[in-house]
Amino acid sequence: MSVNVNPAAEPLLKVSGVETYYGSIRALSGVDVHVNQGEIVSLIGANGAGKSTLMMTICGSPQARNGSVVFDGTDITKMPTHLIARRRIAQSPEGRRIFPRMTVYENLQMGAGLDNLKYFDEDVEKIFALFPRLKERQSQRGGTLSGGEQQMLSIGRALMARPKLLLLDEPSLGLAPLIVKQIFEAIRMLNEKEGLTVFLVEQNAFAALKLSHRAYVMVNGKVTMSGTGRELLANPEVRAAYLEGGRH
Amino acid sequence: MTNAQSPAKEAAPGVMAQAVKEGLFAGILAFGMFLLYVGIETYQNIDNALVWRTRWGLLAIFVAVSAIGRFLVVGFFKPRIDRRKLAKAKAGIPEVSDDKGFFHRNFLKIAMLALVLYPPVVVSLYGVQGSLKFVDNFGIQILIYVMLAWGLNVVVGLAGLLDLGYVAFYAVGAYSYALLSQTFGLSFWVLLPMAGILAAFWGIILGFPVLRLRGDYLAIVTLAFGEIIRLVLMNWTEVTGGTAGISGIAKASIFGIWSFDVGASNNFARSFGLPMSSAYYKIFLFYVILALCLITAYVTIKLRSMPIGRAWEALREDEIACRSLGIDTVKTKLTAFAIGAMFGGFAGSFFAARQGFVSPESFVFLESAVILAIVVLGGMGSLTGIAVAAIVMVGGTELLREMEFLKHVFGEDFTPELYRMLLFGLAMVAVMLFKPRGFVGSRQPTAFLKERKSVSGSFTKEGHG
Ligand SMILES: Nc1ncnc2c1ncn2[C@@H]1O[C@H](COP(=O)(O)OP(=O)(O)OP(=O)(O)O)[C@@H](O)[C@H]1O
Ligand SMILES: [Mg+2]
Repeated sequence: MSVNVNPAAEPLLKVSGVETYYGSIRALSGVDVHVNQGEIVSLIGANGAGKSTLMMTICGSPQARNGSVVFDGTDITKMPTHLIARRRIAQSPEGRRIFPRMTVYENLQMGAGLDNLKYFDEDVEKIFALFPRLKERQSQRGGTLSGGEQQMLSIGRALMARPKLLLLDEPSLGLAPLIVKQIFEAIRMLNEKEGLTVFLVEQNAFAALKLSHRAYVMVNGKVTMSGTGRELLANPEVRAAYLEGGRH
Repeated sequence: MTNAQSPAKEAAPGVMAQAVKEGLFAGILAFGMFLLYVGIETYQNIDNALVWRTRWGLLAIFVAVSAIGRFLVVGFFKPRIDRRKLAKAKAGIPEVSDDKGFFHRNFLKIAMLALVLYPPVVVSLYGVQGSLKFVDNFGIQILIYVMLAWGLNVVVGLAGLLDLGYVAFYAVGAYSYALLSQTFGLSFWVLLPMAGILAAFWGIILGFPVLRLRGDYLAIVTLAFGEIIRLVLMNWTEVTGGTAGISGIAKASIFGIWSFDVGASNNFARSFGLPMSSAYYKIFLFYVILALCLITAYVTIKLRSMPIGRAWEALREDEIACRSLGIDTVKTKLTAFAIGAMFGGFAGSFFAARQGFVSPESFVFLESAVILAIVVLGGMGSLTGIAVAAIVMVGGTELLREMEFLKHVFGEDFTPELYRMLLFGLAMVAVMLFKPRGFVGSRQPTAFLKERKSVSGSFTKEGHG
């Protein structure tokens, strides 16, 4: 699991000292995270730690009150969400947020809106190869898909944007172990074959750490630990908090 | 083996008994409900004293309709619908597409042909003067509402922005035409696009402050906006003529070649040596509004398969997801408001040219409500459904005016028009009971990989897994 990362190069995404508030409540207090080109990085932590908030802050809703988010050399901290998305940060958000009344096919079209469907035909075949279930269900309405299929659609839609960075918020939520394996396998393949950079939030810490090159642990809006996936898997503190009894 | 083959037949006696029972029950219920409201009527006699009389015949009709209606629904409609559902489930095919009949496949062509031929057919049946009622009351009147509803459909049906003040744009269009034609003497064909542009401009003005609102909040603000426009029209007397309105608005001409002004030398009827009649103008207007409707439909259909149309529909579903896909939601909403308003403006200037008179009376909230009701009844987003709803609702209320014979049933001083809203309400309740998603409830996808497939209604229920 070696990556061709040039340590001297600027990371693709650099989050520095970010503080995010919901009203007067501080959800993130000084978060430093970075993701290098070609890496899979995961973020684990308890419920309410602020993982989804960090994902959303990267996307600019809500915006960070302090600190900075730099993507691909550009400061995107105060940019509106749709302009951030146009810089090719694609997200499969918490709760999937697919368009329920639109068909699978149309949902994928929505993902390819940035290039005005220029690469659509080519890319949609790739998505269908990755998730054959979506191909079978292409004319079914998004809202009538099963949870796992919706998750595949959400990831597929994000991939249609040809992202430089893919943000995934709990892709394994509520899915059967077999489907989780399938989805994680897909992520690994995209990373190895296409060099896709992935930043991943997961409750399923064991699977996430095994998949990732590096990982962060978040507690109460702060990053408390970081290291390679293997290091954290071996770390007794991490094992006690996130792995023991929770191995899926 | 043998007893498994005809469950429907076996169930039939049970169903009939049930139907009779429910029918009787509905009759009794109707009797109880309507006894005081319908069965007994109070009125003032010559001495101005309040007296009452009974209307047993009318009450009997109400009771009979309820009882028989319920009987038919339980005994025949329900089993048939159930059977169809069962058959569909057995066949195991969610998509129904190939087995459409000739009529269904060529529906649009047939409808178009019927509309184009409507005026000549009516003229040949009832004569030029006699056609007036049919072309004007049933043709133009309905088509205006079709156009308004299709325009509002862009905002409500596609973009999902609940707009209760749509009539404001209708008013902007009407007054734009009235004022500009009176002040500058410009012709209908110049002012028609101008009215559309002005209305679109007002659509954007309304759009800006309400960008952050959704659902009920948006509805209330747009409602207020509609009322504000009306109040301005009422009170800005120097310009708009106040409640008296503006009269003597110039008629539209056939592209300036023929005019419909009685005094003009190039009067249409005179040019062709025809007897003078206002019917020609109405027939001409019929084709104008038909063309406007077709333009509206064409633009809507085209837009739906363009990025902006896709963005509208996605916006209706999930605004946050839209933004994270790079869609500028501000621009998307404003264009929806602007384009919807533009169609309202077109319809408005047409209205002014048809009536020759505008006043704030025509642009009350009730109009917005009727247009919205047509959109909802038609099945939000479906052009065909909306057209059907407009025909039923507007045509139905026009029909009421014609039903003189009702006077014999309900008494001499019965004015059917007054029951318009009651019927409107009843129709809405009925449609929503039987077709909760409107006449055409299933949204047609705009994109397909291989062939067109329409997903049947049973598969359009939303779910969040
Ligand atoms: N819109 C909001 N308004 C107010 N507080 C919020 C909002 N969204 C999240 N929070 C709060 O911010 C904190 C972090 O929430 P967040 O959703 O980021 O947690 P998480 O780490 O993703 O948890 P989970 O694993 O359960 O998804 C929580 O205390 C939550 O209650
Ligand atoms: Mg979360």
